[in-house]
Amino acid sequence: MTTKKPTVAVYKFSSCDGCQLSILNMEDDLLDLADAIDIAYFLEATRAQKPGPYDIAIVEGSITTPHEIERIKEVRATAKTVVALGTCATAGGIQALRNFANADEFARVVYGHPEYLQYLETATPLSEHIPVDLELWGCPVNKAQVIEVIVALLNNRLPNLPPYSVCLECKRRGTICILVDKGIPCIGPATQAGCGAICPTIGRGCYGCFGPSRDVNPGAMATMLRQLERYPGETARLFRGISGYAPTFRTIVDDLLPANEEA
Amino acid sequence: MKNIKVPALARVEGEGGLYIGLKNGKAVEIRLDIYEPPRFFEGFLRDRYLQEVPDITARICGICPVAYQMSAVYALENALGVKISPQVRALRRLMYCGEYIESHALHIYMLQAPDLLGKESVLEVAAEAPDVVKTALRLKKIGNELLKAIGGRSVHPVNVCVGGFYSWPDAKAIKALLPDMEWGLNAAIDTVKLALTLPYPDLEIDYEFVALHHTEEYGVIEGDVLSSNGRKLSISEYENSYIEEHVRHSNALHSRTVDNNTYLVGPLARLNLNHEQLMPRAKNSLQEFGIRLPVKNPYKSLIARSIELVHFYEEAIQLIKEYKPSGPAHLELKLKAGEGSGATEAPRGLLYHRYKIDARGMVQFAKITPPTAQNLPRIEADLFKLTPKIVSLPEAEATLIAEHLVRSYDPCISCATHFLKLKIAEK
Repeated sequence: MTTKKPTVAVYKFSSCDGCQLSILNMEDDLLDLADAIDIAYFLEATRAQKPGPYDIAIVEGSITTPHEIERIKEVRATAKTVVALGTCATAGGIQALRNFANADEFARVVYGHPEYLQYLETATPLSEHIPVDLELWGCPVNKAQVIEVIVALLNNRLPNLPPYSVCLECKRRGTICILVDKGIPCIGPATQAGCGAICPTIGRGCYGCFGPSRDVNPGAMATMLRQLERYPGETARLFRGISGYAPTFRTIVDDLLPANEEA
Repeated sequence: MKNIKVPALARVEGEGGLYIGLKNGKAVEIRLDIYEPPRFFEGFLRDRYLQEVPDITARICGICPVAYQMSAVYALENALGVKISPQVRALRRLMYCGEYIESHALHIYMLQAPDLLGKESVLEVAAEAPDVVKTALRLKKIGNELLKAIGGRSVHPVNVCVGGFYSWPDAKAIKALLPDMEWGLNAAIDTVKLALTLPYPDLEIDYEFVALHHTEEYGVIEGDVLSSNGRKLSISEYENSYIEEHVRHSNALHSRTVDNNTYLVGPLARLNLNHEQLMPRAKNSLQEFGIRLPVKNPYKSLIARSIELVHFYEEAIQLIKEYKPSGPAHLELKLKAGEGSGATEAPRGLLYHRYKIDARGMVQFAKITPPTAQNLPRIEADLFKLTPKIVSLPEAEATLIAEHLVRSYDPCISCATHFLKLKIAEK
């Protein structure tokens, strides 16, 4: 590597700031990170701004306004590598619940003067607007995975991210399957690992913050979950949550809908 | 000076800008432009099951998710008429201690102190005073570790439910935090000492302070909504006296009192109204370091936060020592149709929720009033008061002082949009 430190810009789009905070929360590694990279733009952390182009753009949040469409294109144009950070940036996040409803109605519910607002009918992942080089899922992202992604990028290699489901993390932690043993609805089998299986370990079902894993068998999952529902439409609501707009989860709910008008 | 423009405010949560319009050197228009996009949370909550609510409201804010979870569970428990056990209540307070520690350490050292030190960021501070920054990072980390031990993770914890917690955190893991907590308490007292040496811009405002007040403990959960003008309401009466409005330049709503006044929520309001209930060492710090109340300088909310940092470390130590999980971690809920309100003190101030649910436990209506929406009109009013003092200064300096004023509020723009750019323009 050359002696010049790579320039990194961190951007926020529609989000709760939680994934940017995951960077500030690298307490033990933050100062080392600041030594290894040149933080050129990171509004939550610093007023200082250096002009692009940048080597790496890390983007949190989803695209929910006409202005954000323009901004994300500018980000793409000024960065060599674009990383989508967190489930908002990779799948639309919680904002994307509007995609299954009427955004105008939501605006009327929440605001006295919806006509003052500018928003899109949908909240969409970055990849629907620009080519994205790397996606890191999680609501919020796992800090250890953020470090892995940055280290990988600095060393010009692919990050080592688990391709399996939350189930394997339960096995590793010695957590007995709550779905099989206690009959608690859990979408861990269909969800990407990365969180450390924190929900099943405390006795509740996974609700899919890290998005769909590969090789999901949606039909089988839905059939099993439907038999265990504790409230109307629980299965559909589990998939239609934080990662609800991710294609796999969307399809599962679409398949459920005829039999389940509640969702 | 021609104009003050801050197109995008740094070191705040969320996105907004500031505009100050001048005529003959006097401020005629002040706007906090909140262009953080609307996210429609109250809409998403409709037709979701009540146990989904804490997971959804957590996503309003990554900096204070516990506050959004806590106000929600209290409102929903109020709707169902359930009363949680004292053990659950104690664990909720301990969890809240974790959030205050993490959020206050972040704001004091990483968001506000760089302004007072004339630096662009904490990283610039680190170049000159690495030990201070290492202390700051450890102070913050301990809060996050406490949240992790109780909630599984520090951002969007997963253990909170209506009726209590999904399961009791492991007592050994909780007690293992004690040595760090003892270190943190001393470091927090050093933070107060440091806070008192910083150069604060001169500004005194006659605020109406509003905060939760609890007779037996420092108000965080439950209690009454107390105002410095003497008004005292139960939480269920909150909407009778405090109103939210939608103004054209802001994606965040603006709050005011029914008699059309601005008011202040947050650390200054809490400290000035509730200092009698501070833990002993936090209360002693007020006396020992000669801090006179009420503190009415918005920039000095950093001092209030540092006193609270002492308080919450102290309270965390007590709660950890007393932590002995017994009985069920959560109540079995009996569903019924109902309506309920709940409020807790987020690190940034009073956070109010109200829900209507049907007999199946499905949310029919949700209303959420975040602290920043309540403070926005007050921040604009403060800027009016500040402008004459800065109008003759060089533009860069004036801009920094105005920006710093906004930052001292620790506005959470992400939260409030359901919020800031500085721009001062001669008309």
